Amino acid sequence: MSAPVNDHARGGSLMRLRGLVRKEFLQIVRDPSSIAIAFVMPIFLLVLFGYGVSLDADHVPVALVAEAPSADTADFLASLEGSHYFAPVHAFTLAAAEEALREGRVRAIVRLRANFAEQLRRPDGAPIQLIVNGVDANTARLTQGYVEGAWGNWLARHAASLGQELVTPVQLEQRVWFNSELRSRNFLVPGLVAIIMTLIGTLLTALVMAREWERGTLEALLVTPVSMTEVLLGKIIAYFLLGTGGMLLTVGMAVGLFEVPLRGSFWLLWACASLFLLAALGMGLAISAVARNQFVAGQVAIIGTFLPAFLLSGFIFDIDSMPAVVQGITHVIVARYFVSIVQTLFLAGNVWSVVLPNAAALLLMAAIFLGITWRKSRKRLE
Amino acid sequence: MDDAPILEAVGLAKAFTAGGRRTQALDGVSFAIRPGVVTGLIGPDGAGKTTLMRLAAGLLVPDAGSIRALGLDSTRESLAVQAALGYMPQRFGLYEDLSVQENLDLYADLQGVPHAARAERYGELMHMTGLAAFTRRLAGRLSGGMKQKLGLACTLVRAPRLLLLDEPTVGVDPISRRELWAILDRLVKNEGMSVLLSTAYLDEAERCQAVILLNAGRILEQGAPATISARMAGRTWAVSVAGERSRDLQVGLAGQPGVVDALAQGDHVRLVTQAVSDPAQLARLPGLQEARIQAVAPRFEDGFVDLLRTHIGAAGSLRDGDILVDGLPRDADAGEAPVIEVDGLRRRFGDFWAVDGVSFEVRRGEIFGLLGANGAGKSTTFRMLCGLLPASAGTLRVAGLDLRHAASTARGRIGYMSQKFSLYGNLSVGQNLDFFASAYGLAAHARAERRGWALTEFDLADYAGQLAADLSLGHKQRLAMACALMHQPEILFLDEPTSGVDPLARREFWRRINGLARAGVTILVTTHFMEEAEYCDRVAIMAAGRVLAIDEPAALKAAARSPGSPEPSMEDAFIRLAKSAETQEEAA
Repeated sequence: MSAPVNDHARGGSLMRLRGLVRKEFLQIVRDPSSIAIAFVMPIFLLVLFGYGVSLDADHVPVALVAEAPSADTADFLASLEGSHYFAPVHAFTLAAAEEALREGRVRAIVRLRANFAEQLRRPDGAPIQLIVNGVDANTARLTQGYVEGAWGNWLARHAASLGQELVTPVQLEQRVWFNSELRSRNFLVPGLVAIIMTLIGTLLTALVMAREWERGTLEALLVTPVSMTEVLLGKIIAYFLLGTGGMLLTVGMAVGLFEVPLRGSFWLLWACASLFLLAALGMGLAISAVARNQFVAGQVAIIGTFLPAFLLSGFIFDIDSMPAVVQGITHVIVARYFVSIVQTLFLAGNVWSVVLPNAAALLLMAAIFLGITWRKSRKRLE
Repeated sequence: MDDAPILEAVGLAKAFTAGGRRTQALDGVSFAIRPGVVTGLIGPDGAGKTTLMRLAAGLLVPDAGSIRALGLDSTRESLAVQAALGYMPQRFGLYEDLSVQENLDLYADLQGVPHAARAERYGELMHMTGLAAFTRRLAGRLSGGMKQKLGLACTLVRAPRLLLLDEPTVGVDPISRRELWAILDRLVKNEGMSVLLSTAYLDEAERCQAVILLNAGRILEQGAPATISARMAGRTWAVSVAGERSRDLQVGLAGQPGVVDALAQGDHVRLVTQAVSDPAQLARLPGLQEARIQAVAPRFEDGFVDLLRTHIGAAGSLRDGDILVDGLPRDADAGEAPVIEVDGLRRRFGDFWAVDGVSFEVRRGEIFGLLGANGAGKSTTFRMLCGLLPASAGTLRVAGLDLRHAASTARGRIGYMSQKFSLYGNLSVGQNLDFFASAYGLAAHARAERRGWALTEFDLADYAGQLAADLSLGHKQRLAMACALMHQPEILFLDEPTSGVDPLARREFWRRINGLARAGVTILVTTHFMEEAEYCDRVAIMAAGRVLAIDEPAALKAAARSPGSPEPSMEDAFIRLAKSAETQEEAA
């Protein structure tokens, strides 16, 4: 026999692992769907959430109805016009304003009655009618608050101009901490790190692993001296590096382009992101180990991990204002622990009482999902 | 070298459960494979070949029994077995977005081939497979034959003692098939390698030193292929009657008592009898009084068909005489005008011409075959003929209608049966028939009538309530054909209709096709089985999007006759044409 099997001359685990990792990177670079998920989607999401999506009410169209225009009404309305929160539209009658509200041209109506100037000088004061379109509850509440705020400011100025002191028994002194400009971008963009790492770590990993099952390449791999651990490690190393790239891209764009302050430690953020990425990879590999089919794996990854990361992690919607049952569910969503770390590290700083318990949860989740993958992926086809 | 078996199975059994259905893939399989030879694992699709390969490679755990490879237990010592043997799965297990070189590097890394030894080994493998000029090409852009060789090179990157190849030659062109066999013969001879190769092509069995015949999870027979064909000695004949088409002669002979097999082969019918007989006895068969009867050497396929007939009884219960002559509508004055006219047909995908100038004509009642390997452009031509794909250039007329303008009218006169049979697996047989009948716009009473016709004519009445997914491959094929005939088409398009079915089902299928052709239905069929071309009236041989030759099978074979091969097969004819096309191209 010309080529006997002599095991001592064989390259070891390191050679196999290096071969696998190199293969993964070649595939990522050549496969358009990998490039789309790993590079195009993150940039798209960053631009969308950085520039497009805002939870703030800005330039809300409001119809102003002054039934008997006077110096006082003009003065009050001017204070609304000066604010960037509103885009006022003048209506001459209430009926016209109501029409505009119904057609969706304005979100609210501010109505000053004919006797506004007269009532203003009476002890029981002048009423302002505010009609808000409540369909979008979030904007409605914000509009309501802004009009009240504008009214309060105008009243104080008005009193001062008359040389009087506005008598209010309780004074509210407001301070906004952590995000003093109340920019929702500051809060959304950091959370994107979790979304993008879920895309790369879970969706992409589940797809590429399921593809290996589908195309029969894994079958050929398995009948080599490679162990299942090495196959999994090859995937984990490659997609861990790719996911870290996604994290650096997001943090870089958040700080550099969108001017979100990073108040905590970058290295602490990196460490926590790595924990989250391990959990995300564990989920992706566990899904593909069970599904073994790109379509099913993709569906499960999107519905089981990507959508919850979007909706139930506190990325957009505050967990504390969810119903108790839903709040309970959020505890099994890995992204929730990471979103709360990211938002804290970006906007508040190294708050250890937040970071440590959440990091512990991430560690636990990573161990659970990688453990499931380990148990499910035997070197067999069944 | 000692003669201890290199692969040995004892009472091997394996069942799969999917969707509540249990399939016994292997049932009590025992064998021992000698080292230093090529052993063929022969059987139709669903026989259990792949399951057996995977069990040998330690990828599956048997329900019962054991299998040992290279002296190791494949199940308990799977890692050691996998480190020692080479295995090429179906579809070759290549990474299509990696280049030839990158695929080799990956497998060299995985097999732990030291860097110092690589250059030499790569050189040997590239020389052996003829891929040296293509090392930078992506595996996905190689032809089927080149992929097959690259897959083999990857498995051989560290020469294993035992090589398992799962259907390495399916859909691969005949030249590549021959080259693969030459490589295997060399490996066995020079390196003392042992090879187990599974295949559904019966002609490949004769190239093996030993065969295991597998059918429905059980071993029918094992041994040297010569001993299996030797059993047929004195039972195989070539018969022909002057002035009668061999196809017509065959119809009269098939199913006669004492006849195991009757097969149209160019200008004669190949006849296999149940017992040893002589020409005088044969002359008593109907239609053979005036026949020229000649004894011929038995082939492996004769033995296999004989075994199948004795093990599973007569295939179906196909009655004799004309079948399917069921008042198909036809124009009395249709005359000899061609039913299908194709002229200068071309189709481009990106910068690749899948079909590059194809022209042919098919007459009424003719069986016309498109013969070629995967990627030759057969299926693309087909889809354009069915009006499923617009042509990039050229004209297409089907049943007198130009497909550019009247595709849907033309489609109503065409029956189409695709490679994958296109049945609804979760509908019953009856529901499938009803669905296809209504899809072709049959009214309720006509639908019921055609349904009754299909169930009787195709012997499906006992299965009417059964889900299509639960049928055997042969029954699925029958149902697919019945569905394609519900609207009584004048033209029938069959795309690889017999791929993977057992030889008996294939024979039955061709008898039905013959019956239809006799009733005046025009039939266009694609196939990559060279020997199936023999059943056609005329054949177009295709390669790389072009037609190399169009003629009657006997004429094609006659053209390939040379002093070296006085009796060339269809495959020889194909290879000669493909090679001369290549040299012409090089000269140009």
